[in-house]
Amino acid sequence: MVSHDILIVGGGLAGLAAALTADPKLNVAVLSKVHPIRSHSVAAQGGINAALANHPNAKDDTWEKHAFDTIKGSDYLADQDAAELMCQLAIPTMYELDHWGVPFSRFPGGVIAQRPFGGAGYPRTCYAADRTGQVLLHTLYEQCIRKNVTIYDEIVVTNIVVRDGRCVGLVAYDLATGEIRPFAAKAVIFGTGGYGRIYKLSTNAYINFGSGIGMAYRAGIPLKDLEFVQFHPTALYGKNILITEAARGEGGYLVNNKGRRFMEDYAPTAMELAPRDIVARSITTEILKGNGFENAYVHLDLRHLGREKIEKRLPGIQEICINFSGIDPADTPIPIQPAQHYSMGGIDVDKNCASLVKGFYAAGECACVSVHGANRLGGNSLLDAIVFGKIAGVSASKFINEGGFAGPRDAEITAEAKTLTDQFESIRKRDKGHNVYQLLNDLKILMGDKAGIFRDGKQLQEGLDGLSGLKEASRDSYIYGSCTRFCQEFVTLIEFKYMTDLAETILLGGLKRTETRGSHFRTDFPKRDDDNWLKHTLASYSDKGPVLSYREVNVDKYKPQERKY
Amino acid sequence: MSTTFKILRFDPPKDEHPHFQEYIHTPIPGDTMLEVLKEIRDQQDPSISFRYSCREAVCGSCALTINGTICLACKTQFEALKTDVVVIEPLPNLEIIKDLIVDFKPFWDAYNFIQPYLQPEGQAVPEKGHCVEEKDMEKVFQFITCILCGSCYAACPVATRDGRYLGPAALAKLYRFAIDPRDKRPWSALARVDNPTGVWGCDTVFRCNDVCPKEVRPADGIEGLRRKLVVDRTKHLFGRKK
Ligand SMILES: Cc1cc2nc3c(=O)[nH]c(=O)nc-3n(C[C@H](O)[C@H](O)[C@H](O)COP(=O)(O)OP(=O)(O)OC[C@H]3O[C@@H](n4cnc5c(N)ncnc54)[C@H](O)[C@@H]3O)c2cc1C
Ligand code: SF4
Ligand code: FES
Repeated sequence: MVSHDILIVGGGLAGLAAALTADPKLNVAVLSKVHPIRSHSVAAQGGINAALANHPNAKDDTWEKHAFDTIKGSDYLADQDAAELMCQLAIPTMYELDHWGVPFSRFPGGVIAQRPFGGAGYPRTCYAADRTGQVLLHTLYEQCIRKNVTIYDEIVVTNIVVRDGRCVGLVAYDLATGEIRPFAAKAVIFGTGGYGRIYKLSTNAYINFGSGIGMAYRAGIPLKDLEFVQFHPTALYGKNILITEAARGEGGYLVNNKGRRFMEDYAPTAMELAPRDIVARSITTEILKGNGFENAYVHLDLRHLGREKIEKRLPGIQEICINFSGIDPADTPIPIQPAQHYSMGGIDVDKNCASLVKGFYAAGECACVSVHGANRLGGNSLLDAIVFGKIAGVSASKFINEGGFAGPRDAEITAEAKTLTDQFESIRKRDKGHNVYQLLNDLKILMGDKAGIFRDGKQLQEGLDGLSGLKEASRDSYIYGSCTRFCQEFVTLIEFKYMTDLAETILLGGLKRTETRGSHFRTDFPKRDDDNWLKHTLASYSDKGPVLSYREVNVDKYKPQERKY
Repeated sequence: MSTTFKILRFDPPKDEHPHFQEYIHTPIPGDTMLEVLKEIRDQQDPSISFRYSCREAVCGSCALTINGTICLACKTQFEALKTDVVVIEPLPNLEIIKDLIVDFKPFWDAYNFIQPYLQPEGQAVPEKGHCVEEKDMEKVFQFITCILCGSCYAACPVATRDGRYLGPAALAKLYRFAIDPRDKRPWSALARVDNPTGVWGCDTVFRCNDVCPKEVRPADGIEGLRRKLVVDRTKHLFGRKK
C-alpha cells in the first residue's frame, strides 16, 4: 500500500502551498483528480490582496486597514483574529511569491503593481495582467518540481478513513487503472476547492463539485457557515464565464437598458466597486424591474477605457469575450449576469487549519477558518488559499514531529477500499435505474431556484423537500457505460452523494438563519440581526440529516456597524 | 442541425486496436466542442473518456484533434466547423491511454528537464521584493500565457521523428526564465539544450506557432535561446559568465 507521512489532497493553490511548507524531512505527496496546473485556481483572473502600499493613492495603507475592510466586507461574520492573521501575512507572502518567480505587473520604480478592487479602501490588489491565478498556480507547481514533491495525478479521493477520532488514511479511485486504492498517512491535508458546480449557473471549472467538503462532513467534521454562497455580479451571459472584478477596478461601468449607471441608486459612493453581494443583488433587482436586456442581463461597458488599456490590463477578458461571445469589449459592451462563484463556508477548521479530527487539516476554498464570513472580498481568496495552505503544511508537520500519530491502521484502510470496490462492482451489475447525469442536472436547477441570490423560508423548505426526492432517486442510480478506467460516470456517482450533503446543509442552514447577512439575503427577514445571529452555523452529519449548532464569532476589535458603501 | 460525430475509441488492453464510433447528435446553438462532447457522453454513451476542467481555455486539459486540426475543444465553436461530419481524435505524438486521453509523460519529462523554476540570486527573499521595471518584466508576458496544453508538442514534426526532442513548450519555458530579469541561472543550465535534442533540433517549420491556442509563438523562444546561446557561448569561452 502507498504510504506517506503527509498526504495532501488537491493540486490547487492551497494544496501546493501546503506541499511547499511541509517539513522537507517528512515524506509528502499530493493527490489530485486532475494534473495540478489544471486545477480551478488557474482560472483566477483579477489578483491577490496585500497592503504593500505601492499605489500612489495608497501610501498610508496598512495590513490593519486590509483586515478592517475584510471584516466589514464579511458583514462582521469573519473571525477578526483570523482575518488579521491573513492580512498581516499577506505582505511577506507577496515578496516570497515574487522570489519564487511570479511575474507580477510592476509600477514605475520596479515595485509590484496594485489595482483597486471591490470593498477595499485602497488599491491593494497585486496582479499579472488578468492572469493572476495562472501565474500563481504555475509558479507554485514550478517550486514543487524544484523541491521534488511527489505528485499522484488523476486520482479521485472518495473517502477519509478515521479511527478513534484520528485520520489514518484515504481511499481513492485511480482513473488510469480503474482500481480503488488505499493510501495510508500520518496526517492528511485537504485543499479540495469549492462546490460551484452544484449550481446550474456557476463561474467555476466543470470539475468543482466540492466532494472533499462532503467527505470531511461524513468523516465527522462539522461544516461551517455553508449557507453563505457568493454570487459574482459579472459572469458572461449565456456561458457564465467570469469577467473579473478588475474590469470594474480598471474603471468599467455597469449600465442598464436605459443607459444609466444604476449603481448610483444602490451604492452611491463605491458605485461599481461596492462588495459583490451588493452589486449582484443590484443587478438582479434591475433585471427584475425590467431594466435589463432581454430580461436577462445588463451591460458591463469598458469602451471608454480605450483599446490600449484593455489590451494591456485585461487581455484575458478580451480573449474570453471574443472566443465565447463573439464581441470585442473595446467596441461593444459585455452582456453580464450574476452567477454562483465562491463558497464562504466549508470544513470547520481553526487558525492553524486543524479540525476536530486529529491529523486532519484543511485550507483554501474547501475550508472555513473563517476569514470571509458572510461575504468574501475579491482578491482575498487566492490569498486565503496560499496563506492558509502554507499554515496547514506547517501544522501537519508539527503534528507528526511532536508525536501526534498513534500508529498505522493499514488493514482497516485496505478493508474500506475493498468495501468500495465491492460497491462499485454491484453498481456496475445493475442494468436499470436513474441516470446520474440527469439527477445532477436536477440538483443544479433546484439549487439555483431555491438557494439563489434572493431567498425566503418557503423556497428554502421547498428546496429541502425536492432534495429528499433526489436523494431517494439516487439510491438506485446505475452505471450505463461498461468501462472501468477513466469512468467519469462512477466519479460523478460518488461525488453526487457528497453534493447532496452540501446542498442539504446550505438549504437547512439558510432556512434556520432568519436574518440577512452578506450573501445570505432573506426577503422575509431583510435586516441583519446581531442580537440573535452574530454566530457561525455548524452542521454535523447524522443518519437523519444535518444537526445544527452555533458558535460565537471572534469580534475582539471592531464592533459591528451597518455596512454602507 | 443533426450531425455525425466520429469519435476515436480505444481501451487497451481490452481493445486491440483503436476504432471510430459514430454518434448522431444535434448541438445547441453556441455550443463549443467540449460542450458537444459532454452532451454526447451524458446523453448517449457515458463510457467515452476525455479530459477537461476549466471550459474557458486556461487549464490546458482539452487539446484534441478535430477534423484533422489540433485545437482546444473548449475554445472551438461547433458552428465554426461548418461540416455535418466531425471527426474527433486524440493528440498525435503521444500514446493513447484511453479514447481521447493521451499520456503526457514525454511532454512533462521535457518540461522537468529544463529546470522550469526561477533561479534567483541567493535563498533569502529580498525585503521589498525584486526591483524590476515593467518594460523588463513585460518581455516574459508573451511566454507566461502558455497553458501547457501540449498542442505544439503534438503538432511538431521533429517530436514525431525523435522522441528525445524536448519540443516547443519546454524550450519556450526555458527562454521565459532565461530572460526574466530576476533569474540568475548559470550558463551550464542553458548549455543543456545546446544540442540536437534541444534548440538545434527545431526544423523551423513553425507548426507550433500555428496550433498554439494562446498565441505564445513558442518558436520565438527557441529562436531567442539560439541567439542567446551563441552570444553566451562566446562570452563563456572568454571567461565572462552571465
Ligand atoms: C473564474 C474565477 C476567477 C477567480 N478570480 C479570483 C481572483 O482574481 N482573486 C481571488 O482572490 N480569487 C479568485 N477566485 C477564487 C479562487 O480562484 C479560488 O477560491 C481558489 O483558487 C481556490 O483554490 P483551492 O486551492 O482552494 O482550490 P482549487 O484550485 O479548486 O483546487 C482544488 C484541487 O482539489 C482537487 N480535488 C478536488 N476534489 C478532489 C477529490 N475528490 N480527489 C482528488 N482531488 C480532488 C482538484 O483536482 C484540484 O487540484 C476566482 C474564482 C473563479 C471561479
Ligand atoms: S506553447 Fe501554446 S501550444 Fe504549446 S503548450 Fe503552451 S499553450 Fe499549448
Ligand atoms: S477545459 Fe480547460 S482548456 Fe479546455
